[in-house]
Amino acid sequence: MTGAKVLLMMGCPEVPIQTSIALYLSHKLTKLGFDVTVAGTTAASKLLKVSDSDGYYVKKLVDLDKTIVDVIEKRTDFDMCFAFMHNDAGMTYATTMSSISQARMYSIVFGRNAEVLAETIEFDCEKIVAQDVHNPVRLKNKLDKVMEEIVK
Amino acid sequence: MSCIEQMKYTIHLQKISFKEAREYIEKNSDEVYYVSPGYKIFKDYYIIGIPPIAMGVKGNALVFPYTKPCHGSFVLSIDDEDSIKEINRLREAEKEKVTPSAKKSKPAESSRTSLSSYGDMWKN
Repeated sequence: MTGAKVLLMMGCPEVPIQTSIALYLSHKLTKLGFDVTVAGTTAASKLLKVSDSDGYYVKKLVDLDKTIVDVIEKRTDFDMCFAFMHNDAGMTYATTMSSISQARMYSIVFGRNAEVLAETIEFDCEKIVAQDVHNPVRLKNKLDKVMEEIVK
Repeated sequence: MSCIEQMKYTIHLQKISFKEAREYIEKNSDEVYYVSPGYKIFKDYYIIGIPPIAMGVKGNALVFPYTKPCHGSFVLSIDDEDSIKEINRLREAEKEKVTPSAKKSKPAESSRTSLSSYGDMWKN
């Protein structure tokens, strides 16, 4: 899978653990040899950019809506997509991506309503669910296992 | 920013789930058509949504869902010359389907295929 194109799709950054997990996942996947792109809303991208001002953890940071348009218009696509979601809108964006992209989908579902939200997902994906808001460790541990499976 | 935000639109519902947006459009439109995620309307808006995505017609207004990551889904309508073009495009695409679908009824899986893009209107 080395060199495979991976998209991390960030939604609304209202729930704190999204930013830290996005930085962590981007760095880990890059170190494993994946070609990682992180897409976010304006606010989510600014949080990431300030946290990683030298671009050490995130090499490619792009606009979420523009990336979706590029996939629809077949200007780009990905092999894997990790979609962050803690609300219905995030799930709706991830569903859209699953419809327009060939990528294998991973849904990272977090926040206080994570379990209920995860049940509403109708598209084919692997769900990584943690009902956490501030503490990213449980989600990080679950993602470590997913990454182990991916590189096997 | 998509072209929608620069157009004159009416907000029918705001900060709702996508499912609620679909149900509102189905219940409050004269005609309902279904499109796939990524269907392009107006100049440059690609519909974000969970299929089947309901697009409503009420008079000359196009009623459609609009989703923002931090604010949830909205039901918007636009009533102008461009909305009439979009409605005609939906009607034409519906006519081209092999099996005609009844108004206000969800389509069969086969009729959920994506309609052509807005740009196709201007080709040839």
